[in-house]
Amino acid sequence: MKFLVCISKAPDTTSKIEFTDGDTKFNEAGVQYIVNPYDEWYALVRALELKESLGGSVTTITVGEVGDESIIRKALAIGADNAVRVNAEANDAYFTAFQIAEYAKANGFDIVFTGKETINYNGSQVGGMVAEMLNQPFVSLASKLELNGGAATINREMTGGVEVVEVNTPFVVSSAKGMAEQRIPNMRGIMAARTKPLEVIEPAACEDLTSFATYSLPEAKSACKYVEADNIAELVNLLHTEAKVI
Amino acid sequence: MATDQYTHPDYYNMDDLLSEEHKLVRDAARAWVKENVSPIIEDYYERADFPVHLVKGLGEIGALGPYIPAEYGGPGLDQISYGLIMQELERCDSGLRSTSSVQSSLVMYPIWKYGNEEQKKKWLPKLASGEFLGCFGLTEPDHGSNPGGMITNFKDKGDHYLLNGAKMWISNAPLADVAVVWAKDESGRIHGLVVEKGMEGFSAPEMHGKHSLRASITGELIFVDVKVPKENLLPNKSGLGAPLGCLDSARFGIAWGALGAAMDCYDQALRYSKERTQFDVPIGAFQLTQKKLAEMITEITKAQLLTFRLGQLRNEGKATSAQISMAKRNNVEIALNIAREARQILGAMGITNEFSVMRHMANLESVVTYEGTHDIHLLITGMDVTGIPAFKRDIPQ
Ligand SMILES: Cc1cc2nc3c(=O)[nH]c(=O)nc-3n(C[C@H](O)[C@H](O)[C@H](O)COP(=O)(O)OP(=O)(O)OC[C@H]3O[C@@H](n4cnc5c(N)ncnc54)[C@H](O)[C@@H]3O)c2cc1C
Repeated sequence: MKFLVCISKAPDTTSKIEFTDGDTKFNEAGVQYIVNPYDEWYALVRALELKESLGGSVTTITVGEVGDESIIRKALAIGADNAVRVNAEANDAYFTAFQIAEYAKANGFDIVFTGKETINYNGSQVGGMVAEMLNQPFVSLASKLELNGGAATINREMTGGVEVVEVNTPFVVSSAKGMAEQRIPNMRGIMAARTKPLEVIEPAACEDLTSFATYSLPEAKSACKYVEADNIAELVNLLHTEAKVI
Repeated sequence: MATDQYTHPDYYNMDDLLSEEHKLVRDAARAWVKENVSPIIEDYYERADFPVHLVKGLGEIGALGPYIPAEYGGPGLDQISYGLIMQELERCDSGLRSTSSVQSSLVMYPIWKYGNEEQKKKWLPKLASGEFLGCFGLTEPDHGSNPGGMITNFKDKGDHYLLNGAKMWISNAPLADVAVVWAKDESGRIHGLVVEKGMEGFSAPEMHGKHSLRASITGELIFVDVKVPKENLLPNKSGLGAPLGCLDSARFGIAWGALGAAMDCYDQALRYSKERTQFDVPIGAFQLTQKKLAEMITEITKAQLLTFRLGQLRNEGKATSAQISMAKRNNVEIALNIAREARQILGAMGITNEFSVMRHMANLESVVTYEGTHDIHLLITGMDVTGIPAFKRDIPQ
């Protein structure tokens, strides 16, 4: 079985979020990047588990510039066999999906894994687009995936329950919590990652369909106001006049 | 203990000097520690119990003999990576780091450097995976700072050696599968012998009552006419320089490790100083608290620079024993001072097991003594700069 895992970077959760260029660009200065947790903990690890039990190979693909190679090496250290980097800034979801789909078409994979979303942009779009471009089924928000020959049984988390889907390979799946457990790379894996192939390919021609107008930060949390427990009138007044929720 | 929120301070952007691989190594060690050790360490420490199940885990992540080449089961990392792993382990507990540095630098290192091919093939892979636990017997009841005076000895009996004597204060000893034991031959020259668990006449009783390194197991090694096969003698180096070579490697790891303990104390004290209010303000607003914190981060930053440079020298094979002594001595001393200051910032909470500060402080009392005491390292620096050894003296009659 051949598995392709889409790996993208995300700022470490302790990073300071700032914008430049008139609030149209995220300021990357001083930001530490990590592997997007949904890609690393769930998509990659489940692909590795399947490879370990069924044989085959796990390839990772990242649309990004040379600075992304540190997160790619981490994916290799965790256990992927080889990696591909499409040498371009990942401008928008369509561009990213297009590059991944081009590579997947040319190389043929049984399952393409993505994370359910990136923790910075939360777009959840790439997986669905890749599936469409490959003309394959797409299963989103998978929390469990079992494979029996070419038939997969996948659990999808829904509000208040679980949906169980059956689908045949090849397909695209986006991975959510529950798919697998985070793996900490070990020192041998880190050393092995040094010599694993990381192929850099140039992007296929593709127009950007979207551009970012502006970014803004959520309003800072205001300080907590305490109201005496027996002063209901004051509470109602504040909720009405200040919070404007009643 | 509360959730482990540790992040390392990096006032001089030292991380820019590390490679991506170094950072991966450090992150992996930190993640493993936070998941597997932080939640249980206080409990083991309090009960003075050795978390033996962690040995396999240390092997799995590659923290046993990090610089041992892949052909012998190690990950083959560089010296800075070794230092970073020791730092992450000791950041959590000096006992955990002791287990790992004894196995790495005092057991695997001599087998790797002084052993023959058969010995390396026989023991290194099992020690690297954590299947085997090892210990290092140099100190004797009457010979601590002066190991050259040891009385443990062996005699050549034709087809085997006959080993007699006793070692004391030996980390990992009671549970060890193999012991690298330093003993004198009939001419008085020191050699390393690998003594295996179960050899007749060999016992390793546990030593109790430690107020320090309580989550590390310590014991004696007793040899009564132990027949050691000749193939267990490490052939490629002898003399006091052989065990001292191992100590160089271990002390290098301790320099990094003790700094880890210091950074953990600082990290907790800094966080606490922003959260704890007295007289209506965070205690971090008081100049006296700021003085403590500012001095701590200054000492940590100086030690980081010292340690990193030592790592580069060690990678190039150029670090001298005296340079390693300086770093071990300095870093343990600043760690002890920082632990004490941090404990004050934490007030009464600082003496509880809600925080690791008091445990670090007690642990560091062993670290300042073992692998060469604080004063012995001072004499090493003194000898290095003056050229005059001041270890021995005659008492005037
Ligand atoms: C928890 C723990 C684990 C240990 N693990 C190991 C182990 O795995 N293997 C091993 O071989 N050993 C181990 N040791 C032993 C350790 O290395 C010795 O304790 C250390 O070398 C000091 O020896 P000592 O305790 O006999 O002190 P001593 O040598 O008796 O020293 C007592 C005091 O005298 C001072 N002193 C001694 N000589 C001089 C001098 N010439 N000039 C000035 N001052 C001097 C010392 O600095 C010290 O302050 C361990 C010790 C501890 C506490």
